[in-house]
Amino acid sequence: MPAPEATRDGLDREFWDAAKRHELVVQKCNSCGTFQFGPEWICHKCHTLDVGWHRVSGRGRVYSWERVWHPAHPALKSACPYLVVVVELPDAGNVRMVGNLLGDPQLEVPFDAPVEAVFEDHPEGFTLIQWKLTNR
Amino acid sequence: MGEFTIKDKVAIAGLGETQYYKRGAAPVSEFRLALEAIQRAADDAGIPVTAIDGIASYSNDRNDSVRVATALGLPELRFTNMFWGGGGGGGSGAIGNAAAAIVAGFATCVVVYRALAQGQFGRFGATPPVRTISGPIAYTWPYGMSTPAQWIALRTRRFMHDHHITQDPLAAIAMACYHHAQSNPRAIMYGRPLTRQAYDESRWIVEPFHLYDCCLENDGAAAVIVTSAERARDLKQRPAYVMASAQGSDFRQGATAENGPDYATSNFKTLAPRLYAMAGIEPKDVDVAQVYENFTGAVMTSIVEHGFCHPDEVMEFCTFENLTAPNGRLPINTSGGNLAECYMHGLELIIEAARQVRGTSTCQVKDAEISMVVSGPMVAPVSDLILRR
Repeated sequence: MPAPEATRDGLDREFWDAAKRHELVVQKCNSCGTFQFGPEWICHKCHTLDVGWHRVSGRGRVYSWERVWHPAHPALKSACPYLVVVVELPDAGNVRMVGNLLGDPQLEVPFDAPVEAVFEDHPEGFTLIQWKLTNR
Repeated sequence: MGEFTIKDKVAIAGLGETQYYKRGAAPVSEFRLALEAIQRAADDAGIPVTAIDGIASYSNDRNDSVRVATALGLPELRFTNMFWGGGGGGGSGAIGNAAAAIVAGFATCVVVYRALAQGQFGRFGATPPVRTISGPIAYTWPYGMSTPAQWIALRTRRFMHDHHITQDPLAAIAMACYHHAQSNPRAIMYGRPLTRQAYDESRWIVEPFHLYDCCLENDGAAAVIVTSAERARDLKQRPAYVMASAQGSDFRQGATAENGPDYATSNFKTLAPRLYAMAGIEPKDVDVAQVYENFTGAVMTSIVEHGFCHPDEVMEFCTFENLTAPNGRLPINTSGGNLAECYMHGLELIIEAARQVRGTSTCQVKDAEISMVVSGPMVAPVSDLILRR
């Protein structure tokens, strides 16, 4: 699949740099503390332009999930089926992230199941955030 | 609504369609298809094409308004408008914008069109083989989450979980569309009925969507002539009066990486009340609805958000019997819609809604007075429309 690259305007550079350091960060307003993801240049709550990044635990829960069977991209022809999860991060205002759930692709994933971020380094020099089920 | 309303001031007076083709099968260029559909719509209304003085479209239609006006020799172009956003979200909104232009006096006769030739320009459902990506899609594409089917499946799935919904309503919606297409010789799926067994046995695209839960991709063009109610009354066809149109999006529905706060929504929770308020009617007054099917799950949530049933009543309401003409409680997509007639980004749904008001549908709902269109569910922005006889 295509590799992620920070936008030229720099809006999300810290997110991808942090991932390389195996840290998960989301945007947090320096004025009112509101969490925000994906990033934006302004806080949607208090409208300050002073927004920063905040490291989170990487623990979350499965908000929704799907099993993909049809390869929409040539690179996925041998990868189907695979699981996509939408993960909510309770320690970051329930912002959500999208990733793959590692493990058995035939799993019936329980809604709200606890998951943990896994940092997947790629030889091209970028790191993806994946997820695995945990007991907590 | 006070004086600021388009209610009953404007009508759909002409309908035009080219033949609908399988994806990539159009024998002529997309721009020529657009011109043919516009000419047919003008002929249907009984006006010369040069009477058109306004142009509106949506979904970044490639067929530029000034090129159209130039090609057709329009003497005076007074209004050009493009509804923001992709997919089918702007279909009803383009009619609403045309109506607004007429009520405001910007134009007198607006054509709304949409043309697609995917052989010429590439597909919607495939992800281009690029090496790198950035911005919002960088949070989803690298994980193989890159198509509308995949993001709408995630929302549908959460809605089904929250309200204890099985595959049955999705199957019923697909089968209703295919059933209606069997009476419509223009439909791509005419002569190809869908059984529940064939639905269940069809391959998964992305759970919970089987192949038959997903819209077609087609070539062709459609066009609609919108003019004042007063003028429409003197033209060739029975007018389909515009009672109301609404457009827009709910709170932060554009948040990237699946962060719309209200997640499992078709994005009509703020629009539907505005639509009904402008029309001055309630859901029970609607005789027939054309609900944009990108995927069946979004039809289901649109039916709920337009007040036809409570989320916990979906299993009882969204049945084949209830969704089919002529006797269902809410017949939907009576030409076959995006699933079985043609994927013309939902402009074919608006044409069918007007046909129901005219009494000329191939699956006519008896004495249909009030005809609804829902455009673009689970995208942002979205729009909707109510027509009346």
